[in-house]
Amino acid sequence: MSTYRAEISVCSGKACRESGSHNLKEALEKELLRKGLNNEIRVTETQCNGFCAQGPLLKVEPEGTLYQKLKEEDIPKLVEEHLVKGEPVKRLFLKPASPPESVPAMEDIPFYSKQMLIVLKNRGVIDPESLEEYIARDGYVGASKALLNMTSEQIIQEVKTSGLRGRGGAGFSTGLKWEFASKSPGDVKYALCNADEGDPGAFMDRSVLEADPHAVLEGMVIAAKAIGAHQGYIYCRAEYPLAVKRLNLAIQQAKEAGLLGRDILGSGFDFDVEVYQGAGAFVCGEETALMQSIEGKRGMPRPRPPFPAQQGLWKKPTVLNNVETYANVPQIIQNGGTWYAGIGTATSKGTKVFALTGAVNNIGLVEVPMGITLREIIFDIGGGIPKKRKFKAVQLGGPSGGCVPERYLDTPVDYESIAKVGAIMGSGGMIVMNDQTCMVDMARFFMDFIQDESCGKCTPCREGTRRMLEILEKITQGRGEPEDIDVLEELSDMIRNSALCGLGQTGPNPVLSTLQYFRDEYEAHIYEKRCPARRCAALVKFEVNADLCTKCGICSRSCPSGAIEWKKREPAVIVKEKCVKCLSCITNCPADAIL
Amino acid sequence: MSRLKPEDLKQVKENTLKEMALREGGTTIKITVHMGTCGIAAGAKEVMEALMEEMAASGRKDIRVVGSGCMGMCSSEPNVTVERLGKEGVLYKHMDKNKMRQVFKRHVLLGEVQTDFALARMK
Repeated sequence: MSTYRAEISVCSGKACRESGSHNLKEALEKELLRKGLNNEIRVTETQCNGFCAQGPLLKVEPEGTLYQKLKEEDIPKLVEEHLVKGEPVKRLFLKPASPPESVPAMEDIPFYSKQMLIVLKNRGVIDPESLEEYIARDGYVGASKALLNMTSEQIIQEVKTSGLRGRGGAGFSTGLKWEFASKSPGDVKYALCNADEGDPGAFMDRSVLEADPHAVLEGMVIAAKAIGAHQGYIYCRAEYPLAVKRLNLAIQQAKEAGLLGRDILGSGFDFDVEVYQGAGAFVCGEETALMQSIEGKRGMPRPRPPFPAQQGLWKKPTVLNNVETYANVPQIIQNGGTWYAGIGTATSKGTKVFALTGAVNNIGLVEVPMGITLREIIFDIGGGIPKKRKFKAVQLGGPSGGCVPERYLDTPVDYESIAKVGAIMGSGGMIVMNDQTCMVDMARFFMDFIQDESCGKCTPCREGTRRMLEILEKITQGRGEPEDIDVLEELSDMIRNSALCGLGQTGPNPVLSTLQYFRDEYEAHIYEKRCPARRCAALVKFEVNADLCTKCGICSRSCPSGAIEWKKREPAVIVKEKCVKCLSCITNCPADAIL
Repeated sequence: MSRLKPEDLKQVKENTLKEMALREGGTTIKITVHMGTCGIAAGAKEVMEALMEEMAASGRKDIRVVGSGCMGMCSSEPNVTVERLGKEGVLYKHMDKNKMRQVFKRHVLLGEVQTDFALARMK
């Protein structure tokens, strides 16, 4: 048996094998043979070292040196330096982890510390598929209080005291809505939940339903008791399979535990809930269309009045609330309306959940107290704009909403203040846009969405939004005419005042709000045939400004069609014949050098 | 669960809290994989699979693995939280199979916080 002066062990754990430890071992053996070291140094396999994300790993004994993330091409250097010259290659060492204290505490991270969790208090904390864990976080305490110790008037009074307003966007007082339905005559009434979240970029309801489905069910039980309903439906879009699955499981668990169904908690009150899956029509988020859809009819709105509180689902008194509204209710009943009213501003109480997305560092779901400024949400919680780009505007409220420019970023988040600057609170979609967003193109996108989703029942919405889209397309393609802006404004005015439902009435908002704050961009498109943000491909020259070009080559690497010629220390050149106008060079150019 | 009466809610709460709590002789380590749609889309299922493999290999009975919803910062998904008895919890970000294996072997089994993947410490 021969002795060896050194032993190299290659990690043979599953992770290291997957990242190529076997090839590494072969390369090592070959290199040792080539250098004639195969009799001095032994290669073995070892069990997992536990640094699975740093693999493949090598350990050199007797020193015990650990090398990480090795590639085959590192082997000759490693053998030459460490095993021939005796100088370990520090560059390839396994890096020791920094001390645990170097990890920031959650309360020191603005993303978490500036939030206030009521609706989302159980997010990520409980197993959403466990009723026991929901109860362990005081679940169904509110329902128990409402069912056993409160009259329907007391429940409504408590919700009125709380100042809770509809979180679906319109901001109508929830307590008042319940009072109307409660006072409506009739022994059959319905409590409905609107989970047909369809705004582009919005995912508040999905996240609440996935993380805490029982909170919504409990809110519905309380609403049912308040208005005297014994049947409820949750209208959830079928595109949310996980939310539907968890809801159905929660309903089944609640029924088994006597928290839904007959004689809830022994109170003598009956209430049953079913999930109704929507087929993805945006207009079905409108209350009357939603009810038509549940009735099995084509999802189209009908004129109001009669309002749902008098004649809703199957012409019976009905309350319809959004997911987030319901999720607030159990805690309002448990802690009292006064507690809830202590949070927020004079007219907007409590918290609001926003889906923060777009050109912002921390994309995610945030819940903030009313009254916080947009700037705090975007720059403290959201961590600002990535890639050192400039903030341009934030879009609130989806296709019914508007955008808020930089100068109004200190607007506090409440229903009235947001409306004052030309946007709406909406259901909570918050899309942050940087200076690379063309506002005309953004308005075109939303108008495209609206005309696509228009149900066609009323002429202003069906025809008007289509005409507006055509004009916007014309402008972004460089065929805009001076009168276009006037026609857009005229059409907007007409559609707002004559469309049947909220979808049409608010549809022109993205155009109006961009015209209000970014009229110069419309004018640049129309008069100068120029897109200031360089997003409208028809108006971009696709030429490199050699003076601005930093010769970095990023554009050339990002071009999918190989249309950009670039050599070190020379400005890039775009070959127009090959260019497919995908805009990726413009998106990626750090110097804004492409015209 | 059998049908509950109002007074049962408190009992269920206490029992569940006792069950969920980390304690000597019972569950001493809890690993939460955050599995909202955002987490799953980012790869939380693969992370969970790798974790279950490691769990099976370790044979440890005092470690509890649970799935939960989104922690809010969807852009840092997949997220995993590791809580050890008597220690601060650690929320990990951008996890993948191998990071999960490493966190399991070094942090869960040996107590070394893998700071490179950590997003936050939590009480």
